Formats: sequence, structure tokens, C-alpha cells
Amino acid sequence: MRIVVLTKPVPDPASGGERLGPDGRLDRSNSPAVVNGNDEYVLEKALKLIEAAGEGEVILLTMAPDNGPETMRKALAMGATRGVLVTDPAIAGSDTVATTRIIAAALQTLSFDLVFAGVDTSDGVAGVVAPGVAALTGMPYLSYAASIEPDEGARTVRVKRITADGYDVLEAPMPALISGTQALGEPRYPSLKGIMAARSKEITTLTLADLGIDPGTVGLSGALTKVVDSRPPAARGATKVVRDAPDEAARQIVELLAERRLI
Amino acid sequence: MAQVTSASRAQGLFRLTDEQEMLRDAVRVLADDRVAPRAAEIDRTAEFPEDMRRLLADHDILALPFPTEHGGLGGELLTVCLAVEQLSRACATTGLILAVQELGSLPITLAGSDEQKARWFPKLASGEQLIAFALTEPEAGSDAAAARTTAMRDGDDYVIDGSKRFISQGSVADLVVVFAVTDADAPRHQRLSAFVVEVPRDGFQVTRVEHKMGIRGSPTAELAFTKLRVPAADRLGEEGEGWSIAMRTLDRSRPAIAAQAVGIAQGALEVATAYARDRQQFGQRIGDFQQVGAMLADMDAGTEAARQLLYKACVEIDAGAPDASRWSAMCKLVAGDTAMRVTTDAVQVLGGYGYIDEFPVERMMRDAKITQLYEGTQQIQRLVIARSLLGKGD
Repeated sequence: MRIVVLTKPVPDPASGGERLGPDGRLDRSNSPAVVNGNDEYVLEKALKLIEAAGEGEVILLTMAPDNGPETMRKALAMGATRGVLVTDPAIAGSDTVATTRIIAAALQTLSFDLVFAGVDTSDGVAGVVAPGVAALTGMPYLSYAASIEPDEGARTVRVKRITADGYDVLEAPMPALISGTQALGEPRYPSLKGIMAARSKEITTLTLADLGIDPGTVGLSGALTKVVDSRPPAARGATKVVRDAPDEAARQIVELLAERRLI
Repeated sequence: MAQVTSASRAQGLFRLTDEQEMLRDAVRVLADDRVAPRAAEIDRTAEFPEDMRRLLADHDILALPFPTEHGGLGGELLTVCLAVEQLSRACATTGLILAVQELGSLPITLAGSDEQKARWFPKLASGEQLIAFALTEPEAGSDAAAARTTAMRDGDDYVIDGSKRFISQGSVADLVVVFAVTDADAPRHQRLSAFVVEVPRDGFQVTRVEHKMGIRGSPTAELAFTKLRVPAADRLGEEGEGWSIAMRTLDRSRPAIAAQAVGIAQGALEVATAYARDRQQFGQRIGDFQQVGAMLADMDAGTEAARQLLYKACVEIDAGAPDASRWSAMCKLVAGDTAMRVTTDAVQVLGGYGYIDEFPVERMMRDAKITQLYEGTQQIQRLVIARSLLGKGD
């Protein structure tokens, strides 16, 4: 089985260095890049499925500036087989529509049974690229997966989709695109052997020309959306933390809510 | 033109590679989760932590110093030191398991034949076997060239007689690298040869395991050799090369002790900082009192300075610096003294709580002391540095 995992380098949310640039966009130079958290959960699931199957490949697909390989190495160290990096100076400033088209085009160059993506990314939090890619490539889209069970013989995949009051069971033919969250389980820490092996794993680079995409239709100039204004969220007011035993804590919280006439 | 401080190709700045950062973080997570909770008990029982050896083996940490063609991970000296540092931050005894595995295998790395490496490295890299480095004798410590243990050629064998003292992991090792006199009449630095002794075997005896102040889980043994036969094929390098092998080994192994020292200092700094943040006296955090805050600041600055010198030394030594001895001596000197000072101050920050075993800093202070003593005392390190500055003159 072959699983492509869409992975995106994002500014490390733990670094505290996220700033807006003068153009109102995120200034990525201020914080170190890491693999997007939700992508790590689906990657972990992909690795587990391949390990359980005893054969197959996990292929990373990343669209990023030319420093992309730095974060891809960590995902390769976790156990992914190889990586494909789409990078081109003309991509800078692309909106979600352009990103969707580029990733869909890159997917067409690969053969696979399943595509996994994090349900959204911690920098943009749009969550529209994965369903967009599914739409452009004509694949079924199964979202918010809490479990993923492929049946290679029947060429189908079944997922539990988290809903507000439980879960739905969805089944679709392969190939399919599945988005997931932390409900899939904690990502592994790379082993030393995995880290050293990642050194020699292959990362193929694709440019817009390789994908047959006109540079004028992507990037800032091709964007259908425009950043008009952006600002950091307002600072939160003082936080009260209740650290007492559950019963006592619950009583205090109810009291607090009642005081404010929220219940 | 004034002499530059770096004589190697590794001039100027260095930075950790992404790979080294990942390795360091992987070891740190393991050290926090699995090693730190065992540290106090290892110190209290003073028993070799077989579970920690297994842990390091299972996670390929013991494979770091060995070449990939013999089952290792081919880590650079800096990578090995990053691992020793992170382990020692949690438990100095556990960090020493890796440091000694590297120390003991360096003579094979430096002087062993391909056949010898293929024979011994795979089981050392997997952690199935441990190795010890036996140079010091009761009457030959700093003056190691004065060793009295002899190895007499007898047909295809050598017969070794004598004893070695203060041998780290000497009682748990499967291989012991023994330095013995093969030609008593040769010039001082050509008297010794190095042998790999597979133990247990006839004529080998562990005669004592020391009761120590620190690194209590790491057995420090006295070894006796009585008419012990070793095949000539197990000699490393040429006859008379032993002293040179031992000195080149120490040039590369001292950074691992510096890494142990930096790790201990960092561990103590973290405990002291957390304590100074939590502990309230006179209605405020004790860290907010200037005298305590200043101590923490000095501890942090000193630890970071020692760490940067260590990393730089590793890069210089790996680049083949002609003054490798100087770099390795400098980093161990600075890191060992820093660890002693920082751990002593950590005990001071914790006050009475620092002096009891409810907190780990008293253990760290005891553990730190050894880094000023082994693999050459601080006085020997200064001697090495001064000689490098002045030229040997002979």
C-alpha cells in the first residue's frame, strides 16, 4: 500500500515568535519551522498502517520554500519512505486556491492508494486545501477521521468521522483523501536509527514547470484573495485557574458561571 | 600576524545540524521519561543499572560512536557528546555508560585492524557487550607511562601479569583494553602496548569494586591479571604503540567527560531555578532576592560557556585539529570546574533542602566531583594546555 501524506512546515507554535509582517501576512522568518501538528498525527497513522501491512511506502508531499527539506527530514526520521517537495520562487504568496491546484497537480505525478492530510494547519487554520485537492482530483474526501481502516482486497477504506455527538462511519473506494486530527493518536518521537537514516532518504524536488502550471496563475499575483487587514487577537483578560479536587472545583466553577448569569 | 586560536579547517562558527538537534531532543525526551525517575535509586543502591544499559542499547544510543559498516550509527564526536550531556543531565551514572563505551572502543577505532573492528564493534554497537579502558594502576595514575603491568611474548600469545585500578565498568565489561609493558628498556613512551582482553578468562580477576562518593551506580574496579594469555592477534597496533594509542584516545574521550559535566551542571541549574521560582520566603520568591538571582545567572552563564567550548572542541577534534590535545583538555578543564561550582551553588540555592536526598542536587554535587578527577585530573589538563602553548621543549 502507498500512502501520500501532505505535510506543511509551519512556524513553531511553541516558539512564541509568530509575528505579522508589514504586508499583514505571517512573518515566517521569525520562528523556526516545524511539521504542522495535525500532519504529524496523520503521518503517525500512515506509518502504523504500513508497519501493520508489512510493506508499502509513506510518501511526504510538501509545498514550501527551498528550506522545506529541513522539516521534511524530521518526518522522514519518524519513518516516512521518501519525500516530494514542490518549490518555486513564483509560489510565494499563493492563496489556498493556488495551493490546492499545485498540490493536486503534484499528486497526479505520484501513484498511491490513499492521501492523508491534517484537518488544518496551525498557521492559516483555513482547512480548505485538503477538501479542495479531493475535489480537483475527483477523490472521495473523508474528514475528521478518528480511525482509518483500509481494506486493500476490497479496495475500500473505512473511517470514523468525529461529529458533535459521537461519530459517523464512512466508507469510500480507494484512492481516497482522508483528513485527521489528534484523535488518531500521539505521533512517535523519531528513533536515533530513524534520524540517522533520514540523512540518506530521497527528497525529489518539483517546480511549477515540472507540474505544467503557469507561474502567473499562482503566487501573490494569481491570488483570488487579498489580505486587507490583519491583527493579533486581543490579549485575554486575567485567567482564574481552579486547582482544587474535582468536586470542589466543579462547585466553584458553577458558582462562577452563576455569578455571571451564564447558567 | 597574531596566531589564530583555531589551527584546523573548522574555523569560525559552528552550529548544530538539524540532525544533531533531533538526536539531542530524542535523547532528552528519553532521559526525562525513563532515566531521571531512576537516578536517585541508582545512586542509593550503588548497583550497576542493567536496565539503563538495556534502555540505551534498545534505543541505539550505544550505537552512536560506531561506524555504520559495523552496526553503528556513525555519529560525530559532537553527536556522541550531545547524547552524553542529555543523559547526564538526568543521571551521571547513565551518561557514563555511553562515555565509557566510547572511551573503551576508541583504541580499536584508532589502532584496530579492519578484522578487529569487524570482530568487536557489532556487539559493542548493539550494547550486547560493554568495554572498559584499563590504563591506570595503583602506582601509575597521572604518570600513566610508569605502568608496571607486563605483557611477555610467548609464541602466538602474550602473557599478562599485573593489576589495574579505578577502571570504570571494569567489573561489568565483556572486553577490557589493557595497556601493558612489552619492552621495559624502551624509551618511556614506547614501553607500552595495547591489548583487547575478552573476559572472563583464566588469569583475570576483579579484586575490588570501590565504594565511591559519586557516580555510585558505575562500578569502578580493580582488576588483577595473573599469567593471563592473550592471542597476539588481539594486540592493537604495533608493539610499543600503546602510549600513543592511549594519549590519542584521551584526546577524543575527554570531551565526553566534559559533556557529562555540562549535563550535570545543566541538571543542577534546572532544579535550582525551579526551586527559586517556587520557594517563598519573606513573602516573595527567593529567586527575586538579588543574591539568589545572581547565583542563578552565574550558574547559567558558566554552564553555557562550558557547553559552547565543548561543542567547539568536538568540531575541532573531528576536523583533525593538530592541537586536539589542547581542545580536549580545555573543554574538560572548564566543564569539570563549572560542574563543581554550579552544583555547589545549586545546593546553596536550595539551602537545607539541597543537603538532603529529597532533592537531587546533593547527588549532582557528588557526581560532579569525579569530572575534575578522571581521564586526567584538572592539574593534568592544565599541564597539557600549557605544553601546547609553550611547546614541549624536548
